[in-house]
Amino acid sequence: MIDNLSWVTAYPELLLLAMACVITLLDLSVKTPQRGATYVLTLLTLGAVAWLHAVYALGGESIMGFGGMIVSDPMGHWLKCFAALAVMVTLVYGRSYGAQRDMLRGGEWFSLSLFALLGMFVMISGHNFLVIYLGLELLTLSSYALVALKRDDGTATEAAMKYFVLGALASGFLLYGLSMLYGATGSLDIAEVVKAVAAGTERHQVLVFGLVFIVAGLAFKLGVVPFHMWVPDVYHGAPTSITLMIGGAPKLAAFAIVIRLLVEGLLPLAVDWQQMLAVLSVVSLLVGNLAAIAQTNLKRMLAFSTIAQMGFMLLGLLAGVVDGQGGNMANAYSASMFYIITYVLTTLGTFGVILLLARKGFESEEITDLAGLNARSPLYAGVMAICMFSLAGVPPLVGFYAKLSVLQALIASSHAGYIGLAVFAVMMSLIGAFYYLRVVKVMYFDAPAQTAAIEAGADVRAVLSVNGALVLVLGIVPGGLMALCGQAIAVLLR
Amino acid sequence: MGLLSLAIWTPIVFGGVLLALGRDEQAGMVRWIALVGALAGLAVTLPIYGGFELGTSAMQFVEKSPWIERFHIHYHLGVDGISLWLVPLTAFITVIVVLASWEAITERVHQYMGAFLILSGLMIGVFASLDAMLFYVFFEATLIPMYLIIGIWGGPNKIYAAFKFFLYTLLGSLLMLVALIYLYNQAGGSFDLLTWHKLPLGATAQTLLFFAFFAAFAVKVPMWPVHTWLPDVHVEAPTGGSAVLAAIMLKLGAYGFLRFSMPIAPDASHEWAWLMIALSLIAVVYVGLVAMVQQDMKKLVAYSSVAHMGFVTLGFFIFNDLGMAGAIVQMIAHGFVSAAMFLGIGVLYDRMHSRQIADYGGVVNTMPKFAAFALLFVMANCGLPGTAGFVGEWMVILAAVKANFWIGLAAASALIFGAAYSLWMFKRVYLGAPGNDHVKALLDINAREFLVMALLAVAVLYMGVHPKPFTDVMDGSVAELLRHVAISKLK
Repeated sequence: MIDNLSWVTAYPELLLLAMACVITLLDLSVKTPQRGATYVLTLLTLGAVAWLHAVYALGGESIMGFGGMIVSDPMGHWLKCFAALAVMVTLVYGRSYGAQRDMLRGGEWFSLSLFALLGMFVMISGHNFLVIYLGLELLTLSSYALVALKRDDGTATEAAMKYFVLGALASGFLLYGLSMLYGATGSLDIAEVVKAVAAGTERHQVLVFGLVFIVAGLAFKLGVVPFHMWVPDVYHGAPTSITLMIGGAPKLAAFAIVIRLLVEGLLPLAVDWQQMLAVLSVVSLLVGNLAAIAQTNLKRMLAFSTIAQMGFMLLGLLAGVVDGQGGNMANAYSASMFYIITYVLTTLGTFGVILLLARKGFESEEITDLAGLNARSPLYAGVMAICMFSLAGVPPLVGFYAKLSVLQALIASSHAGYIGLAVFAVMMSLIGAFYYLRVVKVMYFDAPAQTAAIEAGADVRAVLSVNGALVLVLGIVPGGLMALCGQAIAVLLR
Repeated sequence: MGLLSLAIWTPIVFGGVLLALGRDEQAGMVRWIALVGALAGLAVTLPIYGGFELGTSAMQFVEKSPWIERFHIHYHLGVDGISLWLVPLTAFITVIVVLASWEAITERVHQYMGAFLILSGLMIGVFASLDAMLFYVFFEATLIPMYLIIGIWGGPNKIYAAFKFFLYTLLGSLLMLVALIYLYNQAGGSFDLLTWHKLPLGATAQTLLFFAFFAAFAVKVPMWPVHTWLPDVHVEAPTGGSAVLAAIMLKLGAYGFLRFSMPIAPDASHEWAWLMIALSLIAVVYVGLVAMVQQDMKKLVAYSSVAHMGFVTLGFFIFNDLGMAGAIVQMIAHGFVSAAMFLGIGVLYDRMHSRQIADYGGVVNTMPKFAAFALLFVMANCGLPGTAGFVGEWMVILAAVKANFWIGLAAASALIFGAAYSLWMFKRVYLGAPGNDHVKALLDINAREFLVMALLAVAVLYMGVHPKPFTDVMDGSVAELLRHVAISKLK
């Protein structure tokens, strides 16, 4: 059933698809080493798409399209809007880095990024197992190619292989789990599945068996322990601009499919998947934080810190249903949504500074490469410090409110086990504070090891300043973004 | 915009401007702008004292507007007799610190001054917050500038000190955060402090809350045995950092006991008062003895700070009006005296680059003016009548004797130890013949240093001779707090 409304819900995606093809073709005639024309056109496309999504999101309607295969709701549109912006910022930060490393010989970086974004869009709006899987594969296939973009580089190629093998395994897990559910419920449509599961006529063991594989697949994509092995290697091995492409926007899409599959599709099994998420988040917080301390490579450290941050985000998702009652759901899921959005914002700033400091022949990926940054450039040191304090969860930066929301959701459950989890999580963030502070220490307390001037285009300078300022400003007035997440989740749960 | 908002944001705006626009080359201008900012910050706190209505325990200069709707967090400010004096004290110490760091700091002056001004605004925010989350945000945010101040301008072992400071205090406050969120849920979705004061709570909940708050505030005060971060941090911090830390930041913890622990968990406070009194007495007696054997002047004063803050917590948990008022007076007095002590050490350190007592001797011969000030502050530190140090300690000891003779006796013994370590240090550093050639070459304080010392000396003497303006404002609030704490909140 493809009616006119279906097409309306997919306008931004159609625009993106069309422009991705146009840009791929047009790029053939671009000859400049920095690919200025492609770059500008890509940014304009992303800006238009983000704007369209924001307009849709503000409409506040939840519409099904293409016979229930696609959903258009505020949560999806906001996540897609932020994902488009995140990709845009990634391209701004990464262009000169890529140009210096021969990664812009062709325009693949731009077109692959656009296709990856399209994959995220499909994942976020999919309301059918196969549509979600299709989006996921579009994203991951583009990502594998992106990681291998520096094709003569050993580490990058190794990272790409590792990513591909483990990613394919994860997709296999997810697909296997989905097929189990299809077998049990007879439908791929999320709305049908949830009805069938809620009816309680299917055998619980079969459903939970499928659920285990789905959760494992999702855990791979989110990069939480024990499915985290690829995260440090890929973060470290991939060129930094690609690391940001993988570590930024796709987290929003991964969050969306967790919500679509677990909350929208399998809410009647919440008791089961909440337990699994609890285990995942506890070990992620533990392993991520402890392993991050030992790292000397900044990208590896950030990879482990991401694992810990995702563990923290999961705490919000597991606090929704308490004793079979869903009263805490809106609170808990919007806390996680706020967490993931602010995490992506902060990550963009962090990697933006790393990319800025890299030069031709110098990667700037050891923590000590940041030494004395404050003496070289107080502005960039300030942005990095703000991001680090935010990731550590120190007020008045936005990361604090993310942690506050999640902890509040846990404690609001009034469940002794969940309050215990909250105490555990704050103790882990104390450990986290140590390695984030170490970065600040290196920048502010140590003498500069490099004296080379930091060159940055006006676009990078402006975007990075705005990015850092947002982490601070959203920390002083976080109400708006919180309300936005709250409304989006409220519409979803209606 | 109310007066309290002005008191908070004036220094922060000046600090932000310095951070954003200051350059290393314009250090001279930066210093003057910082001074103007600090003075403006002080100027806006004066009408708060002037307009304060005596004889009531109600919050005054209240400002309330919604801040984060989702959690019903309000930008809610107000002061009562307990917090009133801490606001101008903070602004005053900031002026002193800006003046005292005029020549000592030559690198990245704009960042140094900016950090202190922002810190000043944040600390005033802590004292003026009536919303628990607003309090927490200010309370935690103070860690960032202080961490940078210690780490950038500190001594040789500054990195260890900066980390120890940050992580030690963060550990405590994170437990408090869990307690705050718990209370938010118990209160039906409100972070309003005054609502929490009326909230009935069970015995177990109160005990857990009491210890969660204890974790945050006892570390900050610091109470024995969680005081170990303080000497390390003081030794490494730059002079200005030490002064602000001792004069104001320690009071954030003491203030927390009065604003959170006691009124929110009154039954647990009574139940565990014995523990608090015991820890306070250990701080007073044992840490006093520890101070006596220190070789490093800053360490000595740091330990003496712990001992003096022991008087503050002792005064709180005796639960009578004299003790509590005395403890608050002691907080303010210690703000002046400890700042003066650290700045005095800074004066010597700027000239000799040593804090070891053994490197000095006979300073009075070459620096007579400075030695006179130092004598006054040392006397105030050991609680000589007529100085600020006397009033609070005397009130607390009197209250302790009233409550239990032996507690009073133990507390009073501190006066002897205090005199011992303070005067012995004074003797070894200042008196006698010049200890070595470096001391012989010392120059006496210049006009700027004289001004700093004189301002503090006036404050110390005025408070010692005429403490009425300090005690008058707090009477109403102290009586109300004690009345409140005496009523059980058990469900």
